[in-house]
Amino acid sequence: MSEDRVPGFATLAVHAGAQPDPTTGARITPIYQTTGYVFNDAEHAASLFGLQAFGNIYTRIMSPTSGVIEERMAALEGGTAGLAVASGHAAQLVTLHAMMSPGDEFIAARQLYGGSINQFNHSFKSFGWNVKWADIDDVESFERAVSPKTKAIFIESIANPGGVVTDIEAIAAVAKRAGVPLIVDNTLATPYLCKPLDHGADIVLHSMTKFIGGHGNSIGGMIVDGGKFNWMASDRYPMLSQPRPEYNGMVLGETFGNFAFAIACRVLGLRDLGPAISPFNSFLILTGSETLPLRMQRHSDNAKAVAEYLAAHPKVTWVSYAGLAGDRYNKLAQKYCPKGAGAVLTFGVEGGAEAGVKVVAEVELFSHLANLGDTRSLIIHPWSTTHSQLTEEQRKAAGAGPEMIRLSVGIEDVADIIADLDQALAKT
Amino acid sequence: MTAQPRDLDYPDDLISSILRSVKTIAMVGATPNTARPAHLVMKYLLGQGFRVIPVNPGQAGKDLLGQKVYASLADIPEPIDMIDIFRRSDAADGIVDEALALDPRPRVIWMQLGVRNDVAAAKAEAAGLTVIMNRCPKIEFGRLCGEIGWFGVNSRRLSSRARQAPSTFQRMRIPGKE
Repeated sequence: MSEDRVPGFATLAVHAGAQPDPTTGARITPIYQTTGYVFNDAEHAASLFGLQAFGNIYTRIMSPTSGVIEERMAALEGGTAGLAVASGHAAQLVTLHAMMSPGDEFIAARQLYGGSINQFNHSFKSFGWNVKWADIDDVESFERAVSPKTKAIFIESIANPGGVVTDIEAIAAVAKRAGVPLIVDNTLATPYLCKPLDHGADIVLHSMTKFIGGHGNSIGGMIVDGGKFNWMASDRYPMLSQPRPEYNGMVLGETFGNFAFAIACRVLGLRDLGPAISPFNSFLILTGSETLPLRMQRHSDNAKAVAEYLAAHPKVTWVSYAGLAGDRYNKLAQKYCPKGAGAVLTFGVEGGAEAGVKVVAEVELFSHLANLGDTRSLIIHPWSTTHSQLTEEQRKAAGAGPEMIRLSVGIEDVADIIADLDQALAKT
Repeated sequence: MTAQPRDLDYPDDLISSILRSVKTIAMVGATPNTARPAHLVMKYLLGQGFRVIPVNPGQAGKDLLGQKVYASLADIPEPIDMIDIFRRSDAADGIVDEALALDPRPRVIWMQLGVRNDVAAAKAEAAGLTVIMNRCPKIEFGRLCGEIGWFGVNSRRLSSRARQAPSTFQRMRIPGKE
């Protein structure tokens, strides 16, 4: 391609990061299923370990297979570099590890995936990383939570499971005033529907387990470095701005320019904490990523039709889907995800928790499981499953009330999806 | 002399034609401190086959990565294609003056990542030199030859040709016409 032509999204989804293999000419990225890579000699090994040269070392730190999905995700999000890790949770751990010291704080939206709420409230607290919760519907609450100890703000572009679309630009303005990076989990929207870096985010995270892989076969996470945050502006981020004893006094922020954050996550977080992704998972996720734009459009179109069907159903008390005309987040959806509001929607069924459990028991096409972003339509009753470890108050704050059912609408024929819900609701 | 701040979005074609054509690079601010970017970049460029001549008055006459260090550009006894400036931005003005006094003149003034001096750049460009600012030749070389894409960096390039392996076993090459 002409060197300065900017390729479109679908072209990047197929090609970014992937070229035929240099040794065999294999067109598809091979699964480099090896733990380590040979060095030329001791001097070469020392150069690689000292970050003085680029090269293959060890699969805990890098893999040529994972490198392709890393570059592809960076290209799709419009970032400078990516880092693949073992899961979305690992992406959150490695990202915050590069910013936080014991006693530091970060601000997070209350409306998050329940697993993230657990991770922030409990596991991270044991590291001395203190989460301050704020409300996505009240931008001021983020402003009020800022303190001298704040190191980052964390939000989801489309929050799981409540169907909340976040006003990314408003929160980005708070982060900018506080001088801290804005981290956006873009799992539910994917860069096909929403590009947080265009709206002021500094770092984008994914659970690639969901739509990026898209077929429900592999757990994986991704960190995309937006390349714009100035880590060297103060001494608040010593992993990037101070000489690192692990690397003979190297300052990562000045050595690696606008992808220094991704490097810090790789050579400090991933190297030392260890949540490496398997090359095989990277391969499966790569294959899935090629059809991301096709799938996301279909997911969104199907979900909108399902939401409209449910909204008109007498046993359905409410539907939350930002793609639905009149939904409280519809305006924000039109701004941030104009092509569609994604696959995930929630609705309330008459009869509370008991009715919710019954609908899940009666569906035949929908699969009852905790994942989302599969080609298959998925259903879950969060109150009794994913969110059951949270307090009643936390469940409600996260949008997971007793009557609520979450759907991840698949890419099957939409008439079949609706027929399945119809027969299940009829039996409830 | 005044110069307007400008967008530093250099086209890939420009960067790759520079890195494909220059052979001899004078590195002002070269250092024996192995933790400093100047050291890493010199080592990398030498490894990729460039001739790199270190310039640093405090190290003059010593050996750095097998190369003799000179006190100033004027002391270098051979023609230079490109000057890579690893100094504070405000030092670039004087370095450009020294560069323009050389015979023959270098073709390219390259200011390292974090180094930008629009006045010095305008002066060099008025004299017919090509100027790149706030970029690292190691990063750009690694990006354009596809090497750092192996490690998740967005190379912003697509190709259906077989890629090169990282420079474990050979020197890298930026694709395109010489």
